[in-house]
Amino acid sequence: MAKSKDLNMLLAGFGGQGVLFAGKVIAYGGLMDNKEISWLPSYGPEMRGGTANCSICISDEPIGSPLVLTPNVFVAMNLPSFDRFINDVEPGGIVVVDSTLINKKVERTDVQAFYIPASRLAEENGLKGGANIILIGKLFRECGFCSREALDKAIEKCVPVHKAHLMGNNKKALEIGMSYEG
Amino acid sequence: MKGNEALAEAAIQAGCRHFFGYPITPQTELAAYMSKRMPKIGGTYLQAESEIAAINMVLGAASAGVRAMTSSSSPGISLKGEGISYIAGSDLPALIINVQRGGPGLGGIQPSQADYWQATKALGHGDFQILVFAPSTVQEMVDLVSDAFDLADTYRMPAMILADGMLGQMMEPVEIRSNEHKKPIEKPWATTGHQNKRVHNVVNSLYLQPKDLERLVRERFARYEVIKQKEQRAEEYLTEDADLVLVAYGASSRVARSAVNKAREQGFKVGLVRPITLWPFPTDVLQKNAKTAKGFLCVEMSMGQMVDDVRLAVNGAVPVDFYGRTGGMIPSPAEILTKMKEILGGAQ
Repeated sequence: MAKSKDLNMLLAGFGGQGVLFAGKVIAYGGLMDNKEISWLPSYGPEMRGGTANCSICISDEPIGSPLVLTPNVFVAMNLPSFDRFINDVEPGGIVVVDSTLINKKVERTDVQAFYIPASRLAEENGLKGGANIILIGKLFRECGFCSREALDKAIEKCVPVHKAHLMGNNKKALEIGMSYEG
Repeated sequence: MKGNEALAEAAIQAGCRHFFGYPITPQTELAAYMSKRMPKIGGTYLQAESEIAAINMVLGAASAGVRAMTSSSSPGISLKGEGISYIAGSDLPALIINVQRGGPGLGGIQPSQADYWQATKALGHGDFQILVFAPSTVQEMVDLVSDAFDLADTYRMPAMILADGMLGQMMEPVEIRSNEHKKPIEKPWATTGHQNKRVHNVVNSLYLQPKDLERLVRERFARYEVIKQKEQRAEEYLTEDADLVLVAYGASSRVARSAVNKAREQGFKVGLVRPITLWPFPTDVLQKNAKTAKGFLCVEMSMGQMVDDVRLAVNGAVPVDFYGRTGGMIPSPAEILTKMKEILGGAQ
């Protein structure tokens, strides 16, 4: 099998948007494909209402530094995070933006930017708090960080037993993201 | 699994049933995990009134011969120092986990390696050492917890896992194997009740006769010599033809490894020695590398602490440089690469 490119991903947004959960789903997706993975959250006071971000690495080789400083995949879930990290993205990298909350376009021309009004789509479809998963769906469409089968398994693994009733919503959110063009 | 949780489960699998702790970021998930698991498996989870109380409970439990542990982060470990000295002075095995954060004082809560000196040289008063292990992945944290308990029992001394906030908070794939089937190490010295069948055992660290105390300390140091001969551990990465050898442990060794890979891509002959035991310090592997390398670069998340031991090991054979970030900052591979080029450029 050909060696796939290392993915160094950064997800960033407000605490409470499900940034860390979204990152966990991506990491498990890589794990289900038998890749080397790491997931490193920001921790401390910022998690409680401030900004939250997490680094995810997916690779065929053991992961060196799990802290992603120059991502080749960046998912921006709010404006402060967008502003803070957009210039750190590696040239040629992929940027996915929640355009409901970020009323800005990527000015750089050396990255591929994708816009999806994830928060609005979540609201319209009765998926409160599901914008994070919609964004993962969109990211999957654009960069296929793992196989489809692995992604389904990852969602099942990450949704805790006491929230099993939300499994359908998570899968629906994933579909919305995956089918969104633009 | 998060690093902190993996440490906890690994301890349980190693047969530890007695955990005494006190919450502190970035270590708290470890204690939280123990509080959920221990009651279900007939173990003891006790949140003490302070770190000092917790370490003395470890002393008590260890005296009875059971596998006991505590965990904390930097400021909390300072509080435990007195108890650790007592445990070492009583020749008791125990496991202490330090998930390091920035210091001194309350410092910060982000990852740091500024407790190297404390762990390897000055955990408490008196002539003593403890075993210090420095894992660099979640899997290695699991494996070393088991080894640390075994070696602590074998040599009757405290052992420490020196981790940091990054390793504690991150998730990686991990396999936890039960090693409870292993034959437990005999502890004939434990105070488990003599039932009038033998002379009673005494666990004590007070010796008022200097002659007695000196003899005991010398015996302990004779054991330390054996440990230095037998238990040094380090991993070498691309060192064979390396002009410059990086030395880094734990979280910073992962960044160093990334930097080594980047430098190799650009044609620089660099490698990495990663100490796994910090005490005993892997002097042998550094001395071996000092014969072939033109220099060393020690990388730490501190102002430079392990670099002292690297210099002692290399003993002036070749130059030893240092690069570090501190206060909770994590060096980037690019920064280390720049430093390596500066050194290699200067050598040419």
